[in-house]
Amino acid sequence: MPIALTFGLLAKNTGINLSHTLGMSLFVFAGASQFMALGMIAVGTGAMEIVISTFIVNIRHLLMSMSLNEKVTKASKWERLFCSFGITDEVFAVASTKEEKIGPFYLYGVICMAYSSWVINSGAGHLVGTALPASIQEGMSIALYAMFIGLLVPNAKKSKKALFLALTAGGLNFVFSRFLPTGWAIVAAALGSVLLIECLKFPVREMKDER
Amino acid sequence: MNDNVWLIILGMTLVTYIPRMAPMVLVEAERLPDAVTRMLKNIPYAALGALIFPGILSVDQNIWFGVIGGIIAAMVAFSGAHLVVVVLASVGVLTVLNLGVF
Repeated sequence: MPIALTFGLLAKNTGINLSHTLGMSLFVFAGASQFMALGMIAVGTGAMEIVISTFIVNIRHLLMSMSLNEKVTKASKWERLFCSFGITDEVFAVASTKEEKIGPFYLYGVICMAYSSWVINSGAGHLVGTALPASIQEGMSIALYAMFIGLLVPNAKKSKKALFLALTAGGLNFVFSRFLPTGWAIVAAALGSVLLIECLKFPVREMKDER
Repeated sequence: MNDNVWLIILGMTLVTYIPRMAPMVLVEAERLPDAVTRMLKNIPYAALGALIFPGILSVDQNIWFGVIGGIIAAMVAFSGAHLVVVVLASVGVLTVLNLGVF
């Protein structure tokens, strides 16, 4: 819920109007991608790069939907078509931690709560942003980045791999952004970092397997 | 700019809905190889890294604005504070600095 408020606030700060903010939360309904889109709009990225980045970040939902698919029994094709719209990270976390099989109505309930609070609080955040005094609004320019850091640090604390992935991607982006447009540099850096770390990891694991 | 944002929203809607919908509707989806699964899980961390740096350096004409804000955010986040606290602390410190120093 505070995340949605933050989204609205940051959207206002990025210079996106209220209807776009609400529209994005209504239609896209994906926290991480929406923040990423703000980040890219803020540095003046084109639509194509934003959509491709969104797709890359959202491929992970394939995995979630796949695992949830085995859990949601008794749902028709149409119900699946409908409720799959609402499978966000949060809904997945709530639904997949249930021990027993779940029906479509349970899923509807979780999704309705998550969805309505996401949309309403996005709008509320935007309104709060408009009401802030100018001195605070200037300080707000850091907010999006503070949030990215706030998302990354707890993961980096737990896993060296997450830290390494982020540092590599940042470094690559620094290099790529010298000769690529910002958006493409971000896409290339993220993919490059993932591939690089996958390649570095492979020999290690194979050697272990041989012993 | 405004038409462009609706275009972005439309594109994002499609590329968000399709990966969520496809496995639910095409029930017999094949399992992905482990390496692919692993790389998909790694993407968000790499994306965060690329989103933060070097973009954070240009939030203000004064490069230190981003540096200080970033360090504050990292320290507060490291202490285990909630995401909202991280953002507020960073914005708060920069607002104070903005009034005084810069």
